[in-house]
Amino acid sequence: MGNPSGKDDESLAFQTRAIHVGGEIDPSTGAVVPPIHLASTFAQPGAGKWGEFDYSRSGNPTRTNLQKTLASLEGGVDALAFSSGMAAIHAVTMLLSAGDHVIAGSDLYGGAYRLLHKICDRSGIEVTLVDMTDLSAVRDAVNENTRLIWIESIGNPQLTIPDLGAIADYAKSRGILTGVDNTFGTPVLVRPLESGIDIVMHSATKYLGGHSDCLGGTLSVADAKLHEKLYFVQNATGAVLDPLSCFLVSRGLKTLKLRVLEQSKTAMRLATWLQGYPMVKRVIYPGLPDHPQHDRAVCWDGAHFGAMVTFELDATKEQTAKACESTDLFRLAVSLGAVESLIEQPATMSHASYDEVDRARFGITDGLIRLSVGLESFDDLQRDLQNAIDRATTG
Amino acid sequence: METIIRDEQPSPSDEAAQETSKSQFASAGISTKCVHSGEPRQKSDGSISAPIVTASTFTFEDSDALLRFVNGEDARPEYGRYGTPNEQSVEAKLASLEGAEDAILYSSGMSAIVGLLMAKLNAGDEIVFFDQCYHRSREFCAKHLSRFGVVTRQVTTGDFDAMKAAINSRTRMLVSESPTNPHLTAVDLEAFVALGKEYEVETLIDATLATPYNLRPVEFGVDYVLHTATKYLGGHNDLLAGCIAGRREQLEDVRKLRGILGSVNSSHNLYLLERGLKTFGLRMQRHNQNGMAVAKFLETHPRVEKVYYPGLASHPSHSIAATQMSGFGGLITFEVRDADWRATSRIVDASKVARIAPSLGGVESLIEQPYLMSYYHCTPEERRTFGIPDNMIRLALGIEDTDDLIADLDQALATD
Repeated sequence: MGNPSGKDDESLAFQTRAIHVGGEIDPSTGAVVPPIHLASTFAQPGAGKWGEFDYSRSGNPTRTNLQKTLASLEGGVDALAFSSGMAAIHAVTMLLSAGDHVIAGSDLYGGAYRLLHKICDRSGIEVTLVDMTDLSAVRDAVNENTRLIWIESIGNPQLTIPDLGAIADYAKSRGILTGVDNTFGTPVLVRPLESGIDIVMHSATKYLGGHSDCLGGTLSVADAKLHEKLYFVQNATGAVLDPLSCFLVSRGLKTLKLRVLEQSKTAMRLATWLQGYPMVKRVIYPGLPDHPQHDRAVCWDGAHFGAMVTFELDATKEQTAKACESTDLFRLAVSLGAVESLIEQPATMSHASYDEVDRARFGITDGLIRLSVGLESFDDLQRDLQNAIDRATTG
Repeated sequence: METIIRDEQPSPSDEAAQETSKSQFASAGISTKCVHSGEPRQKSDGSISAPIVTASTFTFEDSDALLRFVNGEDARPEYGRYGTPNEQSVEAKLASLEGAEDAILYSSGMSAIVGLLMAKLNAGDEIVFFDQCYHRSREFCAKHLSRFGVVTRQVTTGDFDAMKAAINSRTRMLVSESPTNPHLTAVDLEAFVALGKEYEVETLIDATLATPYNLRPVEFGVDYVLHTATKYLGGHNDLLAGCIAGRREQLEDVRKLRGILGSVNSSHNLYLLERGLKTFGLRMQRHNQNGMAVAKFLETHPRVEKVYYPGLASHPSHSIAATQMSGFGGLITFEVRDADWRATSRIVDASKVARIAPSLGGVESLIEQPYLMSYYHCTPEERRTFGIPDNMIRLALGIEDTDDLIADLDQALATD
């Protein structure tokens, strides 16, 4: 009797686990959706005797549910939910000590760039940025102090795709920890733990939550000892995700796969259309055969390539800005991964925190536009984009 | 405590901004409507998603501002029971999806039908129901509307001659579900509307099981469309809500009465509903796909005696359903071969993915045996009348993987 549907049954498919793992029935009421536990503290069985939960920073049932679901989807043993994606990356860097060296990808989120170059450097941590698609460059950058290699499964905004398995193998041979920001990839398409990566990070604000209505960050790991270390950092520093946001992310995970596949399909059609449109200099999309790592992307599920599209207009910085400001459905905003389509100019927005020299070095040109393709219908999005490009580049 | 008592409240959906927003997406694809329609394009502080306005009351800058409001020159929120910003945007989104002029939200599906009937009927009036319907709707009409002198007549579902015969000069409304619960009978809406027009009687369709993704009764000329938004519209088994959609003029008195009776939603609830609607189109694709696949699987299963699913050619109303619906949803009813209630309950208990619970339309699959869940306190005679045999199972499919649902049912049906 009873319904064992909350159990992490590996025989169940991704979509089924997204709905049922971590969504155990509340034994006290039978509620089909677990209650939201707002309690900051929990009554204990006795003095010096501890229940499963004691204080909400150390653990909260709503957070635990989300962590269970996520660990199952990533193929990990456990996960941790943080108050933002940056808080999650920061927790990883807190495993390091003064004198340690970090290698990160040159196609890197601006916030991670800022953390590594303007916060971690004050703790005596050294950073080298390399092209993660070039394994020999990664090898050459390693020195005896290298403790962490930080990778994005799909780079931002150039959408580069590193060989996670090869980097993980090499790092293991040198005893170096690997972490992957899988925000663009999502566990629907990319599961880095399966390639031997140690830590998978998400800005849950993006696809996991999926509705532009909560901030969150997550870390998933395949090794229980590493989980313990990260949990220690989280509990000691306190950047935990609040229960209401945990509930919203959990709710988002239930439609994650449907959203990512649908958004990917629309992105593919938009990328193909953009490629043939005048005034578009180049389109960067993993699903296009001319993407430098297209073959690697084909190994995901063979049919879907994510919902981020970057393209370059044959236009000035001002014209490009005007194109971004002229869309109607695509809203001008940073962030990504939600049901609403967003548009932005990396040079002035998501990557504005790069030094100007690094922006030039890493190809963040003035004509670059980044799209986060949402759930709207293709025809509506295509028309919107075409109008905006035309408006900005003529007259 | 509210201090202003007026007869006229502004209809929040009348705002000019609303019109702009609606017309902007009138020709958009359904997915675009789900994400954008009904919402103010620019929200306060530039928020991309709707702020949850928890205020119970709304301030006026000065007495002149109040005067403009009272004179109907400024449609704006006043007091929570008469409408809130969150309610306004969800109502507009639902109206857009439904292809209706207006929609009114209630705190549950039952409060929506009660709200409509209480607004439209007076002592001495009559309504005619098709008999396959949600048992609480029937109970409300039989036990409570009757206390106010309203007569309810029930006729066999789909029997338009019987419905015609039941209409008289006091008849005010024709009521049906389509498809019905739990027999999934699709009602011929053209015939239904034609009958209403012939006798100048208004029509109400509860389209909860169909959803506006698969069926838009307003396009057939139905006057009022009822939804339990708790089901597919909210879609996550985590909120209650109800909705009536139709023409603005006809809904004016309904909205006014709701303002008096107060069966409204909190803005927290409305936000969850709006969030659910963003993935509504996507979820319905999967519900439809799961429904069709599981219905076909059950139809060929040796332990299954009968399957009710409007997408199957074997369903008596299949041709009607196929003509007016673009998909058939996630609800399937079936009967187990040579099983008494106990043997049937063992199959329900053996289900591992679907959980035993009433309701439907959420991402999680649910399973129930109508005999135990809703009709246990009826006499065998009554159950026969309602068409609820002991060996009937109602399956409300969620959006899990189709293969997992079929594998789970297959093992459950292997239970002795």
